[in-house]
Amino acid sequence: MPSRDEIFEKVRSALVDALGVDEDDVTPAATMVGDLGAESIDFLDIVFRLEKAFGIKIPRGELFPEDVLSSAEFVSNGKVNAAGLAALKARMPFFDLKNFEQNPSVQNFPNMLTVEDMVRYVQSKLAA
Amino acid sequence: MRWFWIDRFDEFVRGRHAVAVKNVSLAEEHMHDHFPGAALMPNSLVVEGMAQTAGLLVADAIDYNRRVVLAKVAAAEFHFDAVPGDTLRFRAEILDLKPGGSFTRVSSTVEDRLQGEAELFFAHLEPGEGVPKLFEPEELLRWLDQMHIYDVGRDQAGNPLPRPDW
Repeated sequence: MPSRDEIFEKVRSALVDALGVDEDDVTPAATMVGDLGAESIDFLDIVFRLEKAFGIKIPRGELFPEDVLSSAEFVSNGKVNAAGLAALKARMPFFDLKNFEQNPSVQNFPNMLTVEDMVRYVQSKLAA
Repeated sequence: MRWFWIDRFDEFVRGRHAVAVKNVSLAEEHMHDHFPGAALMPNSLVVEGMAQTAGLLVADAIDYNRRVVLAKVAAAEFHFDAVPGDTLRFRAEILDLKPGGSFTRVSSTVEDRLQGEAELFFAHLEPGEGVPKLFEPEELLRWLDQMHIYDVGRDQAGNPLPRPDW
């Protein structure tokens, strides 16, 4: 199992290639959408690169739960409801939902996901 | 003017690689103003030819079951401009193919000179994912015939590709 720093370096390299950003911009605290400018299609690209770099399989919706965020069952008035938050927790155990829970607006979600979340996600896949 | 940026395929190996040619001509309308007296093919249209080469290779590999859309030009580099009289030869190979998308690499050469290289990323969309139907089956088949895919196409064992009966 590679160390956390080794995983971070590979994640950084995947994000530099996928998003065309400078290496220095890819810090653990940088948000994927707000700071690094990732768009929805970039997440598909990032999935390809992470799968290749780490030899893992990333099922659709696991890294970016677009199905939960667009579901009438889990979203009420533009906010993720209690059932939705539970679904996100189950789907994304690597993701710290604390900040998002304070204002669980769907629009806020993309801005919550950080580079460190990507690293934790890969760690969880490699450990599985 | 129709949006055809390749003239025909010379090689087509299902799921693996394809070679298509594009003859650059002064008769093409966009050349007249780009630029007067010094016509050249914009590299954005070279990318389109690359994408048509790689996109058809990918679409064939997934039996035309999804809408193959150029989602991202992951990298592109050009070394000189293509001008009227040049024959561009696009060689596309599939680097990675999954249900939801594919990664391809395409080069463009004029004779033995490397004109450009690109990495193209395609999304494979299902109906309802925001992209209208791209082709009627007979219209698509007419294009594939025009591209000579079923004349030169082979599967990976070297057998001719059967022409679909859409």
